[in-house]
Amino acid sequence: MIASPTAPLVAARDLSVHFPITHGVFGSPLGWVRAVDGVSFTVSRGETLALVGESGSGKTTTARALLRLIPATSGDVSFDGVDVRALRAAPLRRLRRRMQLVFQDPYSSLNPRRTVGEAVREGLLVHRLADGSAADDRVRNALEEVGLRPDFAHRYPYELSGGQRQRVGIARALVVEPEFLVCDEPVSALDVSVQAQIINLLQDLQRDHHLTYLYIAHDLAVVAQVATRVAVMYFGRIVELAPAAALFHDPLMPYTRALLASVLVPDPMARRAHTVLAGESPSPTAPPPGCAFYPRCPDPRKDAACTTVVPPLEEKAPGRFAACIKEPVRLARIPSHPSPDPQP
Amino acid sequence: MTGATPPLLSIRDLRIVFATAAGPARAVDGVTLAVYPGETVGIVGESGSGKSVMALSILRLIRPPGRIEPGSSVTFDGLDLVSCDVTSLRAIRGRRIGMVFQEPMTALNPVFTVGDQIAEVIRVHEPTTNAAAWARAVAMLRAVGVPAAADRARQYPHELSGGTRQRVMLAMALVLRPGLLIADEPTTALDVTVQAQILALLADLQQEMGMAVLLITHDLAIVATVASRVIVMYGGQAVEEAPVEELFAAAHHPYTEGLLRAIPRPDPESGRAGRLAVIPGTVPPATAWPSGCRFHDRCPFAWDRCRDEMPPLYALSATHASRCHLAAEPARRTAPRAGEMAHTEPRS
Repeated sequence: MIASPTAPLVAARDLSVHFPITHGVFGSPLGWVRAVDGVSFTVSRGETLALVGESGSGKTTTARALLRLIPATSGDVSFDGVDVRALRAAPLRRLRRRMQLVFQDPYSSLNPRRTVGEAVREGLLVHRLADGSAADDRVRNALEEVGLRPDFAHRYPYELSGGQRQRVGIARALVVEPEFLVCDEPVSALDVSVQAQIINLLQDLQRDHHLTYLYIAHDLAVVAQVATRVAVMYFGRIVELAPAAALFHDPLMPYTRALLASVLVPDPMARRAHTVLAGESPSPTAPPPGCAFYPRCPDPRKDAACTTVVPPLEEKAPGRFAACIKEPVRLARIPSHPSPDPQP
Repeated sequence: MTGATPPLLSIRDLRIVFATAAGPARAVDGVTLAVYPGETVGIVGESGSGKSVMALSILRLIRPPGRIEPGSSVTFDGLDLVSCDVTSLRAIRGRRIGMVFQEPMTALNPVFTVGDQIAEVIRVHEPTTNAAAWARAVAMLRAVGVPAAADRARQYPHELSGGTRQRVMLAMALVLRPGLLIADEPTTALDVTVQAQILALLADLQQEMGMAVLLITHDLAIVATVASRVIVMYGGQAVEEAPVEELFAAAHHPYTEGLLRAIPRPDPESGRAGRLAVIPGTVPPATAWPSGCRFHDRCPFAWDRCRDEMPPLYALSATHASRCHLAAEPARRTAPRAGEMAHTEPRS
């Protein structure tokens, strides 16, 4: 079961999730929305891979397909060497203990009629890990780990603040001792001061339990704080994947550059005339031919060739992947960031 | 900013109370502020600070069980909006003060085309023909950067993207060229690239129309980008007020300092290794504000005076004010910042 420490814990290869567009109650598909379209990446043990992109780019759908919460249309998912898509119900349930999910909205992800203790305990019962006083102990430990006193076990969600609810959400995931945590926008619903508490908590837990994170976010400032590597999604595809420092300092893709330029800086002296990216993501039912970013792309190198092929995600420099036919391959660049990624 | 020009909007000692099962909630508790013609004032606060309730109350949009307490005053261009009759208020709403909200889908009527909804604003306030109102609606849609405006005007809100809907909201709010725009989290629901578009558009329109903007947000980066003056709210009160450069360079109130330190900066080399500074604890509920300074139990400098005596808004200069006793006893700031590293929530 234990793979070598350098092998990726999680790998997606050419993963696609297509949803049918139907009409009427018994309608047959009129077409398909390619929510996720040929996505490949790996997550190494102990690292945080951030999945960033605007709404509708396919971040959450990718994560849900990875955890097999929704069926993938095609492609492979492996977790610690196990083919996740091929698993039957019982082994899948066993595997799910090892991969947990922290949701965006701590208001709607907790059952209002259950106490915090019951909510945290649920995973222990589902996975038959503990019951009785052993379960009580583990619930108490999990609450303590997330910074909540044991008496929180008797409270109901409505008695808690947003930050406290999110701590409960994290305790629920943590109590079954997972290795891999998918954090889907875990702080975007929280106030700034509380956001910092939760980000710090997630980083402490990662260090203490050697957790591996897939961190989904649209807020690039938060991503800069937490990520080891960053995958940028646009219109169902990964368009750039790189170590965090490289991506923030020297993005290869015009889209990533535009995304970074759109981030507002909390400094009135740095007020800039933003290089505003025109337009919005294309309609998912009518994708443009070739590169999906072509209609908005501000890059002077773009030409008709961009509209003829869907650009593949290629390694342009060691560890740095980009999906742009105009970006040359420069394998000698950035030697300080060796690739932890096999070729996707 | 001050000088001879009278303020366009002047709020004095505004108090708004909601009757709740847990007792009266003092959502806004004695806020005083002024907005001068053409300037952009940012109101920053976390949820529960009272910033949105305050915005709604300017146009008397507070419904029972909420009410504006006697003694509160909101004056717009000489007219007292708290006590004036409904007819005068309607002449102000939408015509001289425009408003945009966070969620454009809930603010737009789903069964009318967006063109009809913009044209209606014109027809309600001005004698005009349907055709003329429609033509102005389309022109306004064009002015807020909606491509193919004539076609878009005939569409319903659900047919539009989030960014376009927010442009429609701006078109509705600005079509009568109001002197003041109240914008409550106008870009919070939008993607970053679209947010940048909307803020740039707002700045352009503001300059062209000479309009004042009261921008309510939780996002300090937005304030840093667009505001000239900032008011920080906490516990239903204004706790600090300063020109934007001064607030970011030399914040005085420990709450403002804490907020500024808690923001992740989009630079991985300053981040990753270090931990974010946090403000321990959470915003207290409006039914149970702490005694004295409302921030005292989360403040790293608090001493007994802070618990016993509510600080007034101390004037630090002609333009900078802070509701913190440190203004009177600056030596106390050297106390160890014990609270800073705490990341648990001590009390609920």
